[in-house]
Amino acid sequence: MSERKMVATRDAYGKVLAELGKENKDIVVLDADLSASTKTVTFAKAFPDRFFDMGVAEQDMVGTAAGLAACGKIVFASTFAVFGSGRAWDQVRVSVCYTRLNVKLAVTHAGITTGEDGASHQANEDIAIMRALPNMTVVVPADGPEAEKAVRAAVGFYGPMYIRLSRPKTPVITDGLDQEFKIGKGLLMKEGKDLTIFACGMMVAMALDAADILAKEGISARVVNLHTIKPLDKELIVRCAKETGAAITAEEHSIIGGLGGAVAEVLVENVLIPMARVGLKDVFGESGLPDELLIKYGLTTENIVKAAKEVVKKKK
Amino acid sequence: MLSDKELEAIAVKLRRHIIEMTCAAASGHPGGSLSAADIITVLYFHQLKFKPQDPSWADRDRFVMSKGHAAPVLYAALAEAGFFPVDYLKTLRRLGSSLQGHIDMLSLPGIEMSTGSLGQGLSAANGMALAGRLDKKDYRVYCLMGDGECQEGQIWEAAMTSAHYKLDSLTAIVDHNKYQIDGKVEEIKNLAPFHDKWRSFGWHVLSCDGHKIEALRDALDKAAKTKGKPTVIIADTIKGKGVSFMEQNPLDYHGKAPTADEEKKAICELCNIKEFEI
Repeated sequence: MSERKMVATRDAYGKVLAELGKENKDIVVLDADLSASTKTVTFAKAFPDRFFDMGVAEQDMVGTAAGLAACGKIVFASTFAVFGSGRAWDQVRVSVCYTRLNVKLAVTHAGITTGEDGASHQANEDIAIMRALPNMTVVVPADGPEAEKAVRAAVGFYGPMYIRLSRPKTPVITDGLDQEFKIGKGLLMKEGKDLTIFACGMMVAMALDAADILAKEGISARVVNLHTIKPLDKELIVRCAKETGAAITAEEHSIIGGLGGAVAEVLVENVLIPMARVGLKDVFGESGLPDELLIKYGLTTENIVKAAKEVVKKKK
Repeated sequence: MLSDKELEAIAVKLRRHIIEMTCAAASGHPGGSLSAADIITVLYFHQLKFKPQDPSWADRDRFVMSKGHAAPVLYAALAEAGFFPVDYLKTLRRLGSSLQGHIDMLSLPGIEMSTGSLGQGLSAANGMALAGRLDKKDYRVYCLMGDGECQEGQIWEAAMTSAHYKLDSLTAIVDHNKYQIDGKVEEIKNLAPFHDKWRSFGWHVLSCDGHKIEALRDALDKAAKTKGKPTVIIADTIKGKGVSFMEQNPLDYHGKAPTADEEKKAICELCNIKEFEI
Protein backbone atom coordinates (compact mmCIF):
# COMPACT_ATOMS: atom_id res chain seq x y z
CA MET A 1 0.00 0.00 0.00
CA SER A 2 1.42 3.30 -1.07
CA GLU A 3 1.83 6.21 1.34
CA ARG A 4 -1.25 8.38 1.32
CA LYS A 5 -1.71 12.02 2.17
CA MET A 6 -3.58 12.45 5.45
CA VAL A 7 -6.32 15.09 5.90
CA ALA A 8 -9.08 15.42 8.48
CA THR A 9 -12.47 15.92 6.85
CA ARG A 10 -13.25 18.61 9.44
CA ASP A 11 -10.21 20.58 8.28
CA ALA A 12 -11.38 20.30 4.69
CA TYR A 13 -14.79 21.57 5.81
CA GLY A 14 -13.37 24.59 7.61
CA LYS A 15 -11.26 25.53 4.61
CA VAL A 16 -13.96 25.20 1.96
CA LEU A 17 -16.57 26.91 4.14
CA ALA A 18 -14.41 30.03 4.35
CA GLU A 19 -13.93 29.96 0.57
CA LEU A 20 -17.65 29.58 0.02
CA GLY A 21 -18.34 32.46 2.38
CA LYS A 22 -16.51 34.71 -0.04
CA GLU A 23 -18.47 33.41 -3.03
CA ASN A 24 -21.93 33.39 -1.50
CA LYS A 25 -23.19 36.13 0.79
CA ASP A 26 -26.24 34.11 1.81
CA ILE A 27 -24.16 31.60 3.74
CA VAL A 28 -24.53 31.98 7.51
CA VAL A 29 -22.71 29.75 9.99
CA LEU A 30 -23.73 28.77 13.50
CA ASP A 31 -21.74 26.84 16.04
CA ALA A 32 -22.38 25.68 19.59
CA ASP A 33 -19.17 26.61 21.39
CA LEU A 34 -16.99 24.23 19.39
CA SER A 35 -15.84 26.42 16.52
CA ALA A 36 -12.15 25.67 17.08
CA SER A 37 -12.86 21.94 16.91
CA THR A 38 -15.42 21.95 14.12
CA LYS A 39 -13.20 24.39 12.18
CA THR A 40 -15.96 26.94 11.59
CA VAL A 41 -13.57 29.35 13.30
CA THR A 42 -11.96 30.12 9.94
CA PHE A 43 -15.30 31.32 8.57
CA ALA A 44 -15.99 33.15 11.84
CA LYS A 45 -12.79 35.15 11.53
CA ALA A 46 -13.31 35.95 7.87
CA PHE A 47 -17.01 36.80 8.13
CA PRO A 48 -17.80 37.76 11.75
CA ASP A 49 -21.14 39.31 10.75
CA ARG A 50 -22.38 36.03 9.34
CA PHE A 51 -21.20 33.82 12.15
CA PHE A 52 -23.16 33.30 15.35
CA ASP A 53 -21.85 31.35 18.30
CA MET A 54 -24.94 29.98 19.99
CA GLY A 55 -23.10 28.83 23.09
CA VAL A 56 -23.68 25.41 24.59
CA ALA A 57 -27.23 25.18 23.27
CA GLU A 58 -27.58 22.81 20.33
CA GLN A 59 -31.38 22.75 20.32
CA ASP A 60 -31.49 26.54 20.12
CA MET A 61 -28.79 26.48 17.44
CA VAL A 62 -30.84 24.22 15.21
CA GLY A 63 -34.01 26.26 15.79
CA THR A 64 -32.19 29.50 15.05
CA ALA A 65 -30.77 27.92 11.90
CA ALA A 66 -34.34 27.14 10.83
CA GLY A 67 -35.40 30.77 11.36
CA LEU A 68 -32.47 32.10 9.34
CA ALA A 69 -33.16 29.59 6.58
CA ALA A 70 -36.83 30.58 6.55
CA CYS A 71 -35.60 34.05 5.57
CA GLY A 72 -33.52 32.74 2.67
CA LYS A 73 -30.16 32.06 4.28
CA ILE A 74 -28.08 28.97 3.55
CA VAL A 75 -27.25 27.93 7.07
CA PHE A 76 -24.42 25.68 8.16
CA ALA A 77 -24.83 24.61 11.77
CA SER A 78 -21.90 22.79 13.32
CA THR A 79 -21.18 20.95 16.51
CA PHE A 80 -20.06 17.41 17.36
CA ALA A 81 -22.06 14.71 15.59
CA VAL A 82 -23.40 13.29 18.82
CA PHE A 83 -24.94 16.64 19.82
CA GLY A 84 -26.10 17.79 16.41
CA SER A 85 -27.91 14.55 15.73
CA GLY A 86 -28.92 13.37 19.19
CA ARG A 87 -29.26 16.36 21.48
CA ALA A 88 -31.16 18.35 18.87
CA TRP A 89 -32.97 15.49 17.12
CA ASP A 90 -36.49 16.80 17.66
CA GLN A 91 -35.45 20.29 16.56
CA VAL A 92 -33.91 18.77 13.43
CA ARG A 93 -37.11 16.80 12.92
CA VAL A 94 -39.71 19.55 13.37
CA SER A 95 -37.92 22.86 12.74
CA VAL A 96 -35.70 21.66 9.88
CA CYS A 97 -36.97 18.48 8.22
CA TYR A 98 -40.72 18.97 8.51
CA THR A 99 -40.26 22.51 7.21
CA ARG A 100 -37.78 21.34 4.55
CA LEU A 101 -35.61 24.35 5.28
CA ASN A 102 -32.16 24.94 3.85
CA VAL A 103 -30.13 23.94 6.89
CA LYS A 104 -26.89 22.01 6.57
CA LEU A 105 -25.98 20.21 9.74
CA ALA A 106 -22.24 19.81 9.22
CA VAL A 107 -21.06 17.85 12.21
CA THR A 108 -17.61 16.70 13.22
CA HIS A 109 -16.16 14.14 15.61
CA ALA A 110 -18.42 11.42 14.25
CA GLY A 111 -17.81 7.80 15.10
CA ILE A 112 -15.47 6.07 17.47
CA THR A 113 -12.36 7.87 16.21
CA THR A 114 -13.42 10.83 18.34
CA GLY A 115 -11.18 8.82 20.63
CA GLU A 116 -10.08 9.95 24.06
CA ASP A 117 -13.29 11.82 24.90
CA GLY A 118 -15.02 8.47 25.28
CA ALA A 119 -18.46 7.03 24.68
CA SER A 120 -20.52 10.14 25.46
CA HIS A 121 -18.79 11.95 22.59
CA GLN A 122 -18.68 9.15 20.03
CA ALA A 123 -21.64 9.30 17.66
CA ASN A 124 -22.16 5.74 16.46
CA GLU A 125 -25.90 5.97 15.91
CA ASP A 126 -26.22 9.29 14.10
CA ILE A 127 -26.56 7.97 10.55
CA ALA A 128 -29.45 5.77 11.69
CA ILE A 129 -31.39 8.52 13.43
CA MET A 130 -30.75 11.12 10.75
CA ARG A 131 -31.62 8.96 7.76
CA ALA A 132 -34.94 8.01 9.37
CA LEU A 133 -36.09 11.63 9.02
CA PRO A 134 -38.17 12.52 5.95
CA ASN A 135 -36.62 15.25 3.74
CA MET A 136 -33.16 14.67 5.21
CA THR A 137 -30.15 13.98 2.99
CA VAL A 138 -27.23 12.20 4.66
CA VAL A 139 -23.68 12.49 3.32
CA VAL A 140 -20.56 10.86 4.75
CA PRO A 141 -17.49 12.01 2.82
CA ALA A 142 -14.72 9.44 2.39
CA ASP A 143 -11.83 11.88 2.74
CA GLY A 144 -10.78 15.53 2.75
CA PRO A 145 -11.21 16.25 -0.97
CA GLU A 146 -14.59 14.55 -0.99
CA ALA A 147 -15.63 16.56 2.09
CA GLU A 148 -14.83 19.74 0.15
CA LYS A 149 -16.90 18.57 -2.79
CA ALA A 150 -19.77 17.56 -0.53
CA VAL A 151 -19.85 20.95 1.19
CA ARG A 152 -19.73 22.75 -2.17
CA ALA A 153 -22.51 20.52 -3.45
CA ALA A 154 -24.53 21.24 -0.29
CA VAL A 155 -24.58 24.97 -1.08
CA GLY A 156 -26.10 24.29 -4.49
CA PHE A 157 -28.59 21.79 -3.12
CA TYR A 158 -31.79 23.04 -1.49
CA GLY A 159 -32.96 21.29 1.66
CA PRO A 160 -31.88 19.77 4.95
CA MET A 161 -28.60 17.91 4.87
CA TYR A 162 -26.51 16.05 7.43
CA ILE A 163 -22.81 16.07 6.59
CA ARG A 164 -20.83 13.69 8.78
CA LEU A 165 -17.17 14.59 9.35
CA SER A 166 -14.34 13.12 11.37
CA ARG A 167 -11.87 14.34 13.92
CA PRO A 168 -8.60 12.54 12.98
CA LYS A 169 -6.60 12.85 9.82
CA THR A 170 -7.59 10.08 7.44
CA PRO A 171 -6.09 8.86 4.16
CA VAL A 172 -6.84 10.82 0.99
CA ILE A 173 -8.15 8.40 -1.62
CA THR A 174 -10.40 10.36 -3.96
CA ASP A 175 -7.74 12.76 -5.28
CA GLY A 176 -7.41 12.39 -9.03
CA LEU A 177 -10.61 10.35 -9.23
CA ASP A 178 -12.13 10.98 -12.65
CA GLN A 179 -15.71 10.48 -11.43
CA GLU A 180 -17.83 13.47 -10.55
CA PHE A 181 -19.16 13.85 -7.00
CA LYS A 182 -22.92 13.86 -7.14
CA ILE A 183 -25.21 13.74 -4.11
CA GLY A 184 -27.01 10.41 -4.21
CA LYS A 185 -24.60 8.71 -6.61
CA GLY A 186 -22.14 6.15 -5.30
CA LEU A 187 -18.63 5.93 -6.68
CA LEU A 188 -17.04 2.79 -8.06
CA MET A 189 -13.56 2.95 -6.52
CA LYS A 190 -12.26 -0.41 -7.66
CA GLU A 191 -13.56 -3.07 -10.01
CA GLY A 192 -14.05 -6.63 -8.80
CA LYS A 193 -16.22 -9.67 -9.49
CA ASP A 194 -16.39 -11.89 -6.40
CA LEU A 195 -18.05 -9.51 -3.98
CA THR A 196 -18.74 -5.81 -3.41
CA ILE A 197 -17.54 -3.89 -0.42
CA PHE A 198 -19.86 -0.93 0.17
CA ALA A 199 -18.18 1.58 2.43
CA CYS A 200 -18.51 5.16 3.61
CA GLY A 201 -16.34 7.69 5.37
CA MET A 202 -12.86 6.68 6.47
CA MET A 203 -13.76 3.00 5.96
CA VAL A 204 -13.52 3.44 2.17
CA ALA A 205 -9.74 3.63 2.46
CA MET A 206 -9.72 0.44 4.52
CA ALA A 207 -12.00 -1.23 1.99
CA LEU A 208 -9.49 -0.43 -0.76
CA ASP A 209 -6.67 -1.88 1.34
CA ALA A 210 -8.78 -4.95 2.07
CA ALA A 211 -9.41 -5.40 -1.66
CA ASP A 212 -5.63 -5.39 -2.25
CA ILE A 213 -5.11 -8.09 0.40
CA LEU A 214 -8.02 -10.15 -0.95
CA ALA A 215 -6.61 -9.91 -4.47
CA LYS A 216 -3.42 -11.60 -3.30
CA GLU A 217 -5.56 -14.45 -2.01
CA GLY A 218 -7.42 -14.77 -5.27
CA ILE A 219 -10.59 -12.92 -4.30
CA SER A 220 -11.60 -10.06 -6.56
CA ALA A 221 -13.37 -7.42 -4.45
CA ARG A 222 -15.21 -4.47 -5.92
CA VAL A 223 -15.17 -1.33 -3.77
CA VAL A 224 -18.01 1.18 -3.83
CA ASN A 225 -17.92 4.48 -1.97
CA LEU A 226 -21.48 5.18 -0.85
CA HIS A 227 -20.86 8.73 0.35
CA THR A 228 -24.58 9.45 0.26
CA ILE A 229 -26.49 7.21 2.64
CA LYS A 230 -29.73 8.99 1.79
CA PRO A 231 -30.92 9.09 -0.90
CA LEU A 232 -29.15 5.79 -1.41
CA ASP A 233 -27.87 4.80 -4.85
CA LYS A 234 -30.14 1.76 -5.11
CA GLU A 235 -29.46 1.21 -8.76
CA LEU A 236 -25.73 0.86 -8.19
CA ILE A 237 -26.21 -1.40 -5.17
CA VAL A 238 -28.53 -3.74 -7.07
CA ARG A 239 -26.24 -3.81 -10.10
CA CYS A 240 -23.19 -4.62 -7.97
CA ALA A 241 -25.13 -7.27 -6.06
CA LYS A 242 -26.18 -8.95 -9.29
CA GLU A 243 -22.71 -8.75 -10.82
CA THR A 244 -20.69 -9.87 -7.80
CA GLY A 245 -23.17 -12.04 -5.87
CA ALA A 246 -22.00 -11.12 -2.36
CA ALA A 247 -21.69 -7.93 -0.35
CA ILE A 248 -20.30 -6.47 2.80
CA THR A 249 -20.70 -3.02 4.26
CA ALA A 250 -18.05 -1.14 6.21
CA GLU A 251 -18.80 1.92 8.31
CA GLU A 252 -17.54 3.68 11.39
CA HIS A 253 -21.01 3.47 12.92
CA SER A 254 -23.27 0.91 14.55
CA ILE A 255 -24.28 -1.99 12.34
CA ILE A 256 -27.84 -1.05 13.29
CA GLY A 257 -29.54 1.40 10.98
CA GLY A 258 -26.55 2.98 9.28
CA LEU A 259 -24.95 2.12 5.95
CA GLY A 260 -25.23 -1.61 6.70
CA GLY A 261 -28.88 -1.32 7.53
CA ALA A 262 -29.58 0.84 4.49
CA VAL A 263 -27.81 -1.51 2.07
CA ALA A 264 -29.47 -4.55 3.67
CA GLU A 265 -32.88 -2.97 3.11
CA VAL A 266 -32.14 -2.57 -0.59
CA LEU A 267 -30.70 -6.06 -0.99
CA VAL A 268 -33.45 -7.91 0.84
CA GLU A 269 -36.08 -6.30 -1.38
CA ASN A 270 -34.19 -6.78 -4.62
CA VAL A 271 -31.38 -9.35 -4.73
CA LEU A 272 -30.91 -11.98 -2.07
CA ILE A 273 -27.19 -12.52 -1.72
CA PRO A 274 -24.85 -13.33 1.17
CA MET A 275 -24.13 -10.17 3.10
CA ALA A 276 -22.22 -9.11 6.21
CA ARG A 277 -21.86 -5.81 8.05
CA VAL A 278 -18.63 -4.43 9.48
CA GLY A 279 -19.28 -1.78 12.09
CA LEU A 280 -19.83 -1.32 15.81
CA LYS A 281 -21.72 -4.29 17.20
CA ASP A 282 -24.43 -2.50 19.20
CA VAL A 283 -22.06 -1.29 21.90
CA PHE A 284 -20.85 2.00 23.34
CA GLY A 285 -17.21 2.86 22.82
CA GLU A 286 -14.72 4.05 25.42
CA SER A 287 -11.71 6.32 25.79
CA GLY A 288 -8.60 5.48 23.83
CA LEU A 289 -6.58 6.48 20.81
CA PRO A 290 -8.55 6.35 17.56
CA ASP A 291 -6.39 3.56 16.13
CA GLU A 292 -6.64 1.51 19.33
CA LEU A 293 -10.39 1.87 19.31
CA LEU A 294 -10.70 0.87 15.67
CA ILE A 295 -8.86 -2.36 16.48
CA LYS A 296 -10.72 -3.10 19.69
CA TYR A 297 -14.14 -2.51 18.12
CA GLY A 298 -13.51 -4.41 14.93
CA LEU A 299 -13.18 -1.60 12.41
CA THR A 300 -10.01 -2.53 10.57
CA THR A 301 -8.86 -3.67 7.16
CA GLU A 302 -8.45 -7.15 8.64
CA ASN A 303 -12.05 -7.19 9.84
CA ILE A 304 -13.17 -6.30 6.31
CA VAL A 305 -10.98 -9.03 4.81
CA LYS A 306 -12.37 -11.60 7.24
CA ALA A 307 -15.99 -10.62 6.57
CA ALA A 308 -15.34 -10.65 2.83
CA LYS A 309 -13.97 -14.20 2.89
CA GLU A 310 -16.96 -15.38 4.91
CA VAL A 311 -19.55 -13.99 2.53
CA VAL A 312 -17.70 -15.29 -0.52
CA LYS A 313 -17.73 -18.75 1.10
CA LYS A 314 -21.50 -18.53 1.47
CA LYS A 315 -22.02 -17.92 -2.24
CA LYS A 316 -23.70 -20.81 -4.00
CA MET B 1 -56.72 51.56 11.44
CA LEU B 2 -59.51 49.60 13.08
CA SER B 3 -61.13 50.84 16.26
CA ASP B 4 -61.14 48.83 19.48
CA LYS B 5 -64.80 48.05 18.86
CA GLU B 6 -64.06 46.71 15.41
CA LEU B 7 -61.18 44.60 16.73
CA GLU B 8 -63.41 43.24 19.49
CA ALA B 9 -65.90 42.19 16.83
CA ILE B 10 -63.14 40.37 14.94
CA ALA B 11 -62.08 38.59 18.13
CA VAL B 12 -65.64 37.31 18.52
CA LYS B 13 -65.52 36.03 14.94
CA LEU B 14 -62.24 34.21 15.60
CA ARG B 15 -63.68 32.64 18.74
CA ARG B 16 -66.74 31.50 16.84
CA HIS B 17 -64.49 29.95 14.17
CA ILE B 18 -62.49 28.16 16.85
CA ILE B 19 -65.63 26.61 18.29
CA GLU B 20 -67.04 25.65 14.91
CA MET B 21 -63.75 24.29 13.57
CA THR B 22 -62.93 22.13 16.57
CA CYS B 23 -66.51 20.92 16.81
CA ALA B 24 -66.49 19.95 13.13
CA ALA B 25 -63.12 18.23 13.56
CA ALA B 26 -64.28 16.58 16.80
CA SER B 27 -60.78 17.21 18.11
CA GLY B 28 -58.34 20.05 18.62
CA HIS B 29 -57.42 22.55 21.29
CA PRO B 30 -60.15 25.13 21.94
CA GLY B 31 -59.02 26.29 25.41
CA GLY B 32 -55.61 27.66 24.46
CA SER B 33 -56.94 28.98 21.16
CA LEU B 34 -59.64 31.01 22.89
CA SER B 35 -57.20 32.43 25.42
CA ALA B 36 -55.04 33.70 22.55
CA ALA B 37 -57.88 35.09 20.42
CA ASP B 38 -57.52 38.73 21.46
CA ILE B 39 -53.73 38.63 21.15
CA ILE B 40 -54.00 37.15 17.65
CA THR B 41 -56.68 39.68 16.70
CA VAL B 42 -54.55 42.65 17.68
CA LEU B 43 -51.52 41.15 15.93
CA TYR B 44 -53.22 40.30 12.64
CA PHE B 45 -55.67 43.17 12.37
CA HIS B 46 -53.67 45.98 13.93
CA GLN B 47 -49.98 45.29 14.37
CA LEU B 48 -48.48 43.03 11.69
CA LYS B 49 -47.43 44.19 8.22
CA PHE B 50 -48.33 41.58 5.62
CA LYS B 51 -49.97 41.14 2.22
CA PRO B 52 -52.39 38.21 1.90
CA GLN B 53 -52.00 38.33 -1.89
CA ASP B 54 -48.21 38.17 -1.58
CA PRO B 55 -47.53 35.95 1.45
CA SER B 56 -43.78 35.84 0.85
CA TRP B 57 -43.39 39.64 0.61
CA ALA B 58 -39.81 40.14 1.82
CA ASP B 59 -40.60 43.07 4.13
CA ARG B 60 -43.51 41.46 5.95
CA ASP B 61 -43.48 41.08 9.70
CA ARG B 62 -43.00 37.49 10.82
CA PHE B 63 -45.24 35.75 13.30
CA VAL B 64 -44.26 32.43 14.86
CA MET B 65 -46.97 30.53 16.72
CA SER B 66 -44.73 28.57 19.05
CA LYS B 67 -47.71 27.05 20.88
CA GLY B 68 -48.58 25.09 17.77
CA HIS B 69 -51.65 23.44 19.29
CA ALA B 70 -53.38 26.83 19.16
CA ALA B 71 -53.48 26.36 15.39
CA PRO B 72 -57.26 27.00 15.16
CA VAL B 73 -56.98 30.64 16.23
CA LEU B 74 -54.18 31.27 13.73
CA TYR B 75 -56.09 29.57 10.92
CA ALA B 76 -59.17 31.64 11.79
CA ALA B 77 -57.13 34.87 11.67
CA LEU B 78 -55.46 33.95 8.37
CA ALA B 79 -58.83 33.18 6.82
CA GLU B 80 -60.39 36.42 8.09
CA ALA B 81 -57.32 38.32 6.88
CA GLY B 82 -57.83 36.94 3.39
CA PHE B 83 -55.14 34.29 2.99
CA PHE B 84 -57.75 31.66 2.13
CA PRO B 85 -61.55 31.36 2.14
CA VAL B 86 -63.27 31.23 5.52
CA ASP B 87 -65.21 28.19 4.32
CA TYR B 88 -62.01 26.17 4.28
CA LEU B 89 -61.78 26.39 8.08
CA LYS B 90 -64.20 23.51 8.45
CA THR B 91 -61.59 21.15 6.96
CA LEU B 92 -59.48 21.43 10.13
CA ARG B 93 -57.69 18.15 10.90
CA ARG B 94 -59.32 16.35 7.96
CA LEU B 95 -57.29 14.01 5.78
CA GLY B 96 -55.71 16.02 2.99
CA SER B 97 -56.47 19.43 4.51
CA SER B 98 -53.82 22.13 4.76
CA LEU B 99 -55.19 22.88 8.22
CA GLN B 100 -53.07 20.38 10.08
CA GLY B 101 -53.69 19.62 13.75
CA HIS B 102 -50.47 21.44 14.51
CA ILE B 103 -49.08 24.12 12.23
CA ASP B 104 -47.36 23.13 8.99
CA MET B 105 -45.71 26.02 7.13
CA LEU B 106 -45.44 24.10 3.88
CA SER B 107 -49.13 23.46 3.54
CA LEU B 108 -50.57 26.93 4.03
CA PRO B 109 -49.64 30.45 2.87
CA GLY B 110 -49.01 32.96 5.62
CA ILE B 111 -47.43 30.51 8.05
CA GLU B 112 -43.83 31.29 8.91
CA MET B 113 -42.81 28.21 10.89
CA SER B 114 -44.04 24.71 11.59
CA THR B 115 -44.58 24.03 15.25
CA GLY B 116 -46.27 21.54 17.51
CA SER B 117 -43.39 20.16 19.50
CA LEU B 118 -43.35 22.81 22.21
CA GLY B 119 -40.46 25.12 22.89
CA GLN B 120 -39.10 25.51 19.38
CA GLY B 121 -40.68 28.72 18.11
CA LEU B 122 -38.62 31.32 19.95
CA SER B 123 -35.35 29.98 18.49
CA ALA B 124 -36.80 30.21 14.99
CA ALA B 125 -38.04 33.75 15.72
CA ASN B 126 -34.50 34.68 16.79
CA GLY B 127 -33.19 33.32 13.50
CA MET B 128 -35.69 35.46 11.60
CA ALA B 129 -34.68 38.54 13.58
CA LEU B 130 -30.99 37.85 12.91
CA ALA B 131 -31.73 37.42 9.19
CA GLY B 132 -33.58 40.74 9.18
CA ARG B 133 -30.58 42.41 10.75
CA LEU B 134 -28.20 40.84 8.20
CA ASP B 135 -30.45 41.93 5.35
CA LYS B 136 -30.95 45.42 6.82
CA LYS B 137 -34.72 44.98 6.80
CA ASP B 138 -36.94 46.71 9.29
CA TYR B 139 -39.53 43.98 9.67
CA ARG B 140 -40.44 42.87 13.17
CA VAL B 141 -40.72 39.33 14.46
CA TYR B 142 -43.42 38.18 16.86
CA CYS B 143 -43.56 34.91 18.74
CA LEU B 144 -46.47 33.64 20.80
CA MET B 145 -45.74 31.06 23.47
CA GLY B 146 -47.81 29.28 26.05
CA ASP B 147 -47.01 29.54 29.74
CA GLY B 148 -46.82 25.76 30.16
CA GLU B 149 -44.56 25.78 27.12
CA CYS B 150 -42.06 27.86 29.08
CA GLN B 151 -41.22 24.70 31.02
CA GLU B 152 -39.27 23.62 27.92
CA GLY B 153 -35.55 24.21 28.30
CA GLN B 154 -35.15 25.41 24.74
CA ILE B 155 -37.26 28.49 25.51
CA TRP B 156 -34.60 29.63 27.95
CA GLU B 157 -31.74 28.78 25.60
CA ALA B 158 -33.52 30.96 23.06
CA ALA B 159 -34.27 33.67 25.63
CA MET B 160 -30.52 33.97 26.24
CA THR B 161 -29.91 34.21 22.50
CA SER B 162 -32.46 37.00 22.00
CA ALA B 163 -30.93 39.03 24.82
CA HIS B 164 -27.32 38.28 23.89
CA TYR B 165 -27.85 39.47 20.34
CA LYS B 166 -29.98 42.41 21.54
CA LEU B 167 -32.83 41.47 19.23
CA ASP B 168 -35.03 44.52 19.69
CA SER B 169 -36.91 43.69 16.49
CA LEU B 170 -38.37 40.74 18.38
CA THR B 171 -41.49 40.82 20.54
CA ALA B 172 -42.36 37.66 22.39
CA ILE B 173 -45.80 37.23 23.91
CA VAL B 174 -46.77 34.68 26.51
CA ASP B 175 -50.40 33.60 26.57
CA HIS B 176 -50.40 33.31 30.35
CA ASN B 177 -53.60 31.34 30.87
CA LYS B 178 -52.21 29.49 33.90
CA TYR B 179 -53.25 26.02 32.85
CA GLN B 180 -51.50 23.12 31.16
CA ILE B 181 -52.86 19.67 30.30
CA ASP B 182 -52.30 18.09 33.69
CA GLY B 183 -53.44 21.01 35.83
CA LYS B 184 -52.53 24.47 37.01
CA VAL B 185 -49.10 25.55 35.85
CA GLU B 186 -48.19 26.62 39.38
CA GLU B 187 -48.99 23.13 40.66
CA ILE B 188 -47.42 21.09 37.86
CA LYS B 189 -44.15 23.02 37.70
CA ASN B 190 -44.28 26.55 38.96
CA LEU B 191 -42.87 29.26 36.69
CA ALA B 192 -42.94 31.96 39.35
CA PRO B 193 -41.39 34.39 39.63
CA PHE B 194 -42.18 34.36 35.92
CA HIS B 195 -41.71 38.06 35.15
CA ASP B 196 -38.46 38.15 37.11
CA LYS B 197 -37.18 35.14 35.20
CA TRP B 198 -37.53 36.97 31.89
CA ARG B 199 -36.10 40.15 33.39
CA SER B 200 -33.07 38.28 34.70
CA PHE B 201 -32.57 36.77 31.25
CA GLY B 202 -32.07 40.30 29.94
CA TRP B 203 -35.51 41.02 28.54
CA HIS B 204 -37.70 44.09 28.70
CA VAL B 205 -40.81 42.74 30.39
CA LEU B 206 -44.34 44.11 30.00
CA SER B 207 -47.56 42.82 31.50
CA CYS B 208 -51.04 43.41 30.27
CA ASP B 209 -54.57 42.12 30.27
CA GLY B 210 -54.50 39.70 27.36
CA HIS B 211 -58.20 40.22 26.69
CA LYS B 212 -58.16 44.04 26.53
CA ILE B 213 -57.60 45.31 23.01
CA GLU B 214 -56.31 48.67 24.14
CA ALA B 215 -53.87 47.12 26.61
CA LEU B 216 -52.51 44.76 23.98
CA ARG B 217 -52.14 47.56 21.44
CA ASP B 218 -50.35 49.69 23.98
CA ALA B 219 -47.96 46.89 25.00
CA LEU B 220 -47.14 45.98 21.39
CA ASP B 221 -46.48 49.63 20.67
CA LYS B 222 -44.16 49.98 23.67
CA ALA B 223 -42.34 46.81 22.64
CA ALA B 224 -41.73 48.12 19.13
CA LYS B 225 -40.23 51.31 20.56
CA THR B 226 -37.86 49.49 22.90
CA LYS B 227 -34.25 49.58 21.73
CA GLY B 228 -31.32 47.39 22.66
CA LYS B 229 -33.21 44.44 24.09
CA PRO B 230 -36.03 42.08 23.21
CA THR B 231 -39.43 42.59 24.81
CA VAL B 232 -41.71 39.95 26.23
CA ILE B 233 -45.35 40.77 26.89
CA ILE B 234 -46.78 38.52 29.53
CA ALA B 235 -50.44 38.64 28.67
CA ASP B 236 -52.77 37.63 31.48
CA THR B 237 -55.42 35.46 29.91
CA ILE B 238 -58.19 33.02 30.76
CA LYS B 239 -58.16 29.58 29.23
CA GLY B 240 -61.35 29.08 27.25
CA LYS B 241 -62.08 32.85 27.36
CA GLY B 242 -65.50 33.79 26.06
CA VAL B 243 -67.18 30.44 26.66
CA SER B 244 -68.39 30.13 30.25
CA PHE B 245 -68.31 26.35 30.56
CA MET B 246 -64.79 26.23 29.17
CA GLU B 247 -63.59 29.02 31.44
CA GLN B 248 -65.03 27.11 34.39
CA ASN B 249 -63.47 23.79 33.37
CA PRO B 250 -60.30 24.74 31.50
CA LEU B 251 -58.71 21.35 32.01
CA ASP B 252 -61.56 19.63 30.20
CA TYR B 253 -61.11 21.81 27.13
CA HIS B 254 -57.36 21.88 26.63
CA GLY B 255 -57.41 19.23 23.97
CA LYS B 256 -61.06 18.33 23.70
CA ALA B 257 -63.49 19.69 21.14
CA PRO B 258 -66.98 20.90 22.01
CA THR B 259 -69.89 18.64 21.17
CA ALA B 260 -72.66 19.88 18.86
CA ASP B 261 -74.76 20.97 21.87
CA GLU B 262 -71.79 22.68 23.45
CA GLU B 263 -71.03 24.36 20.15
CA LYS B 264 -74.51 25.86 20.09
CA LYS B 265 -74.27 27.01 23.67
CA ALA B 266 -70.83 28.52 23.08
CA ILE B 267 -71.93 30.42 19.98
CA CYS B 268 -74.99 31.78 21.75
CA GLU B 269 -72.72 33.12 24.47
CA LEU B 270 -70.16 34.55 22.09
CA CYS B 271 -72.73 36.24 19.88
CA ASN B 272 -74.91 37.23 22.79
CA ILE B 273 -78.00 35.53 21.40
CA LYS B 274 -80.51 33.16 22.94
CA GLU B 275 -81.08 30.60 20.22
CA PHE B 276 -80.24 30.00 16.59
CA GLU B 277 -80.51 27.39 13.88
CA ILE B 278 -77.38 26.10 12.19
